[in-house]
Amino acid sequence: MTALLTKDARRVDATDARIAALELPKGGFTGPARADALKRLRAMGLPVRRDEYWKFTDPTALNAHEPTAAPALPLIEPLLFANRDRVSLVFTDGVFDSEASDDLALAGVEIHRLAEADRADIHWARDLYGVLEARGQMPVARPFAALNTAAATDGVLIRVTGKAEKPLHIYYNHSGDFSDAIVHHCIRVEPGAELTLLETGPAAARFNKVLEVDVAEGGRFHHVRAQGRDHARRAVTHVFARVGREALFKSFTLTVNGALTRNEAVIEIVGDNAVAHVAGAALGDGKDGKYHHDDTVFVTHDAVACESRQVFKKVLKNGATGVFQGKILVKPAAQKTDGYQISQSLLLDDDSQFLAKPELEIYADDVKCSHGSTTGAIDETALFYLRSRGIPIEDAKTLLILSFLADAIAEIDDADIAADIVARLEGWLARRRG
Amino acid sequence: MLEIKNLHVELEEEGKPILKGVNLTVEAGKVHAIMGPNGSGKSTLSYVLSGRDGYAVTEGGATLDGEELLEMEPEERAAAGLFLAFQYPVEIPGVGNMTFLRTAVNAQRKARGEEELSAGEFLKAVREKAKTLKIDAEMLKRPVNVGFSGGEKKRNEILQMAMLEPRMCILDETDSGLDVDAMKLVAEGVNALRDPSRAFLVITHYQRLLDHIKPDVVHIMADGRIVKTGGPELALEVEKNGYADIVAELA
Ligand SMILES: Nc1ncnc2c1ncn2[C@@H]1O[C@H](COP(=O)(O)OP(=O)(O)O)[C@@H](O)[C@H]1O
Ligand SMILES: [Mg+2]
Repeated sequence: MTALLTKDARRVDATDARIAALELPKGGFTGPARADALKRLRAMGLPVRRDEYWKFTDPTALNAHEPTAAPALPLIEPLLFANRDRVSLVFTDGVFDSEASDDLALAGVEIHRLAEADRADIHWARDLYGVLEARGQMPVARPFAALNTAAATDGVLIRVTGKAEKPLHIYYNHSGDFSDAIVHHCIRVEPGAELTLLETGPAAARFNKVLEVDVAEGGRFHHVRAQGRDHARRAVTHVFARVGREALFKSFTLTVNGALTRNEAVIEIVGDNAVAHVAGAALGDGKDGKYHHDDTVFVTHDAVACESRQVFKKVLKNGATGVFQGKILVKPAAQKTDGYQISQSLLLDDDSQFLAKPELEIYADDVKCSHGSTTGAIDETALFYLRSRGIPIEDAKTLLILSFLADAIAEIDDADIAADIVARLEGWLARRRG
Repeated sequence: MLEIKNLHVELEEEGKPILKGVNLTVEAGKVHAIMGPNGSGKSTLSYVLSGRDGYAVTEGGATLDGEELLEMEPEERAAAGLFLAFQYPVEIPGVGNMTFLRTAVNAQRKARGEEELSAGEFLKAVREKAKTLKIDAEMLKRPVNVGFSGGEKKRNEILQMAMLEPRMCILDETDSGLDVDAMKLVAEGVNALRDPSRAFLVITHYQRLLDHIKPDVVHIMADGRIVKTGGPELALEVEKNGYADIVAELA
């Protein structure tokens, strides 16, 4: 049973009204999962500010029946990863665009479009769609994920059976000022298989995305995502991962701009000797309007000798807000757990703020877990040292900001992809000097 | 080359006077040493000259080749040819030593309107200079000064100086924390840079560094002033009798 939020009539009414305003796909084989999700959503209700997990982030704009306007800004840099060998899938305002996408053929990978696959019965996806999301509702309710499962109109179902020869790149193009996209992807990495998933693009005026990833025994999954550009966009995203024996799950997110971004990662480590890392680098400049970025992470260890790392860094200026809520839960059976969590912010002025809630809950006795959270400004001594060697102040600041972010970027295994991300960071910092 | 005239400096926050009228002229090609008891203002002088925040100049000034030094930003002073080897070199986690060096060298070249060094040219120069200072490849790869021993940090300062080829070099207690071998390495690094167009201001608490880097002029600083100036024999006098005699004799 899902942990109940404070139940009250207003919440029930608001939730019912929101559901009534949605166009709910019936779904083919996903139908039962969608119906269950709707039940879950009604039971927990949409979030309100006084809920424990929403006290730092106001869910009002995510709850609203209609999104607030968010114009799509013209591109000022080439598309990220465009020069890398990859299979590219394009969604515009949350709708798959087959014209703009590559052929969905990639050796070792089976790709179906959710909107079409629903008519068939894809048994492996039936065991996944809404399943990890439902598991992730305990012990913390995640109403927008349940809403997504019930209402998602598009997405992809990906089954990885071998080592994919190149990364899969999903580009989320944003077009309409009021686009409201609900996208749901499922990925099953079969035993010993491996995939790198890249996700980029501003997506929509309002974007609700769920990614369910099941990494079976010995499988490897790398995820690198960049959310960006459009200043007024709002997004609530969830990654639900289940990590099996000796499997590897690694996810890195770069977020620049955006009025509101809430990224939840819910990771359940279920097989021995598995590794799961989640990392994020967020850069916010309140000069362009509101910037509010929230990373909410929950890692559950339920197997022996597993390693988890959470590395989240935020660079904030001009009234930007960063939030980190991260938890490591070590269940009684999860002996020899190695858990690590760090959340840090670099505030470039006095107007910006970082709100952090790090949590550890440990029920096994032979574990190694550590967590830390810091907030600080640019180190003046280091800045002077660099300048005294002739490095101009803004270049020196950029070096120090990049060095602050280095531990998060180090979580990207592929050096070329990491270099692309660093180049994006440098571009962003160069445009926002002073 | 460097001319300091009646320089008065106080701590900005506390308004506490530290330098109380420093006069000093260092000519091109010369090595001047400043010795003095702890707390006399030697490091303050080096910081004020290189442009660190937190100090207020209340009177006097300093010029480098006739240009007002104290009005320039720290990076402009560096590009103009000033270099300070820090008493306490700063650790910068996350910034690789090589990246740091290359950024600094090229920033200065750019500021002077010179062509940037190619990656190959740069690498060759660093390797060569690092070798003479016994700085190995592994140290070059590490983040700036992170995990370096005291001696490694000081050698790294001299490597930066060798790469940047400044014309006015200030060394603040570069000998402190060094064993004899490390001190010889550092001194050799400095002596290799001696040149008719380059000047050195060597700040030290002890005479021993001056056995290896032979000064032309020795100044004694006490309580924010240069209280005595002489030749190399002045350093030997300090070594024998300490500062107390000199300071007392002036009082
Ligand atoms: N940032 C500072 N805050 C407080 N006191 C300072 C600061 N910098 C220097 N001082 C004081 O100024 C005096 C001179 O210090 P310093 O220049 O470091 O001397 P030296 O290098 O000759 O040992 C000392 O009394 C020291 O305590
Ligand atoms: Mg000193």
